[in-house]
Amino acid sequence: MNCRSEVLEVSVEGRQIEEAVLAVLHTILLHRSTGKFHYKKEGTYSIGTVGTQDIDCDFIDFTYVRVTSEELDRALRKAVGEFKDALRSSGSEGLGQISLEFYQKKSRWPFSDECIPWEVWTLKVNVVSLANEQERQICREKVGEKLCEKIINVVEVMNRHEYLPKMPTQSEVDNVFETGLRDVQPYLYKISYQITDSLGSSVTTTMRRLIKDTLAL
Amino acid sequence: MDTDLNSQDRKDLDKFIKFFALKTVQVIVQARLGEKICTRSSSSPTGSDWFNLAIKDIPEVTHEAKKALAGQLPAVGRSMCVEISLKTSEGDSMELEIWCLEMNEKCDKEIKVSYTVYNRLSLLLKSLLAITRVTPAYRLSRKQCHEYVILYRIYFGEVQLSGLGEGFQTVRVGTVGTPLGTITLSCAYRINLAFMSTRTSGEDNAAAYPSVEDSQEVCTTSFSTSPPSQLSSSRLSYQPAALGVGSADLGYPVVFAGGLNAAHPHQLMVPGKEGGVPPVPNQPAHGTQADHDRMVTCTPLDGSHYSAVTPSSSEETETVSNSSEGKSGSPHDLLETIFVRKVGAFVNKPINQVTMASLDIPFAMFAPKNIALEDNDPMVNAPDSPDIESPLQGSLHSEGSSGSSSANVHDDFVMVDFKPAFSKDDIIPMDLGTFYREFQNPPQLSSLSIDIGAQSMAEDLDSLPEKLAVHEKNVKEFDAFVETLQ
Repeated sequence: MNCRSEVLEVSVEGRQIEEAVLAVLHTILLHRSTGKFHYKKEGTYSIGTVGTQDIDCDFIDFTYVRVTSEELDRALRKAVGEFKDALRSSGSEGLGQISLEFYQKKSRWPFSDECIPWEVWTLKVNVVSLANEQERQICREKVGEKLCEKIINVVEVMNRHEYLPKMPTQSEVDNVFETGLRDVQPYLYKISYQITDSLGSSVTTTMRRLIKDTLAL
Repeated sequence: MDTDLNSQDRKDLDKFIKFFALKTVQVIVQARLGEKICTRSSSSPTGSDWFNLAIKDIPEVTHEAKKALAGQLPAVGRSMCVEISLKTSEGDSMELEIWCLEMNEKCDKEIKVSYTVYNRLSLLLKSLLAITRVTPAYRLSRKQCHEYVILYRIYFGEVQLSGLGEGFQTVRVGTVGTPLGTITLSCAYRINLAFMSTRTSGEDNAAAYPSVEDSQEVCTTSFSTSPPSQLSSSRLSYQPAALGVGSADLGYPVVFAGGLNAAHPHQLMVPGKEGGVPPVPNQPAHGTQADHDRMVTCTPLDGSHYSAVTPSSSEETETVSNSSEGKSGSPHDLLETIFVRKVGAFVNKPINQVTMASLDIPFAMFAPKNIALEDNDPMVNAPDSPDIESPLQGSLHSEGSSGSSSANVHDDFVMVDFKPAFSKDDIIPMDLGTFYREFQNPPQLSSLSIDIGAQSMAEDLDSLPEKLAVHEKNVKEFDAFVETLQ
């Protein structure tokens, strides 16, 4: 099956990176998480309850809703923090993208499991630097409005009701869902990022080229 | 009538739609309470959480929703609507959003009710949670306070969008296909937040907001989403905080820049508990007059009279004015400053001061409440002063005559009673009291006297053509100067 790919883009100031990315990622995961499954006999299961909480941003005039799960929030913050550090260290103005990929595992014994993505969300982040407080204030509001548009985009995609993995049996549940969290159960996901340096080429492609050139000698 | 749907599925579907409608109302109303919502996740199913989401049920809201539904379910032509409106402390109200839960005829016969429909309804509720934080009314509701409250109203039937003003926008939350039809959840929200108070304007505003009767009707069936602590304060009459700011607030909640596009709905904030008062635009004279009537009761003055005041005199009164809100030349400022000049310092009027101070408005000292007292006091009103309508002229006349009649005026006073602070009568021949009395009414500045003023006005007018010619010659220099500024 084809992997569904969605791309969103935001322009933010340096200190807004984390909140903007977390807002979008949490909104996506809100839709892609269920309660914990409890399998009963005869292949039926019951589902736990997902709580939600409002999070106000400090540097953006924006509030987003996320799933109430400290573990999930910690995992996201760790990944987003790394992305932010990489982005900030690439210069005062930079371009990077962070991807949230939902995948299924397919066991191919005796080989390792294959990860098959079925939905990828890519958020392109463009970092701008601002000169004074007045510009920052305008940026607060503008980024807030932009994030509102992004949330509406995300919701629109979610409600197309396109492919979702089938609900798994008890033995297969770890191939579809992340079952390691205590209180919620998101679909299996992974987060990766890429920083584009000022020359416009991504760092990974440059490294790959270097290695290839070295090996070719 | 659907023969493909078995009775169990039909029952389940009806139940799902009913509880979905109730939960939808809860999510919307709770999102407009003005507080952050937080519910806990629970790994073990409680059995009472519909759609596997922890959404609290506020009993009053459930009751109202059930009353509106009256045992029916959303169906084709019968939509459930939640109307969110804003009501100011002065009683003006405005519809902000209409959330519609509709059903259309497009059926999905293949879909599994107990599984797919249920999960998709759950997804739709999550989308609703996200979207309710994204429309402009969310930020307004988070800032609601004693100046305005957010109200909700639930009705069933045809969707009424006319109260949202021109150019309202729609956002679709999502759709779920069922064997009976497709459920659609959407929100229509206002972008044009302009409306004028009935007090100051006339018929041109009738279209912008519902008539008084309509808004009353809305209010009787509306329920405030404010937390109880704020509810009581919202019902109190408006208390002006300070003279300058208060009068700005009185004007502001009802005056918004009209026709703003969707990109900046958030900026149209009523001054709430956060943030400062936005810069006050130049209030129209009649608006300021209405404010003035509210703040200080006095003989009403015709604002248009002051437009005849010469520019130089209005500048002077502005510098003397205590309220520095930048409302230059407004009748309000002028009136206030007139009384500043009239009631001099060290005037021995304890009774008057006590009554003024007991009023709960700042600068009450200068409020012309007891005009009778002031009129009788020759220290304030020199004899032969004309009546209040042209106090500036009156004071000019009094200043002019004060030089000659000052002796007479002063003789009416008994020196013994007048004891200014920190003065000693016996040591210095020229004591503070004498000094003050002598120089209390200095002669008016010649440039301010009307005769001379009129003369200089005529001279100014004559010299205008020459000045214009000179300026035209130097146009290039001026343009270059302006360029350097940009």
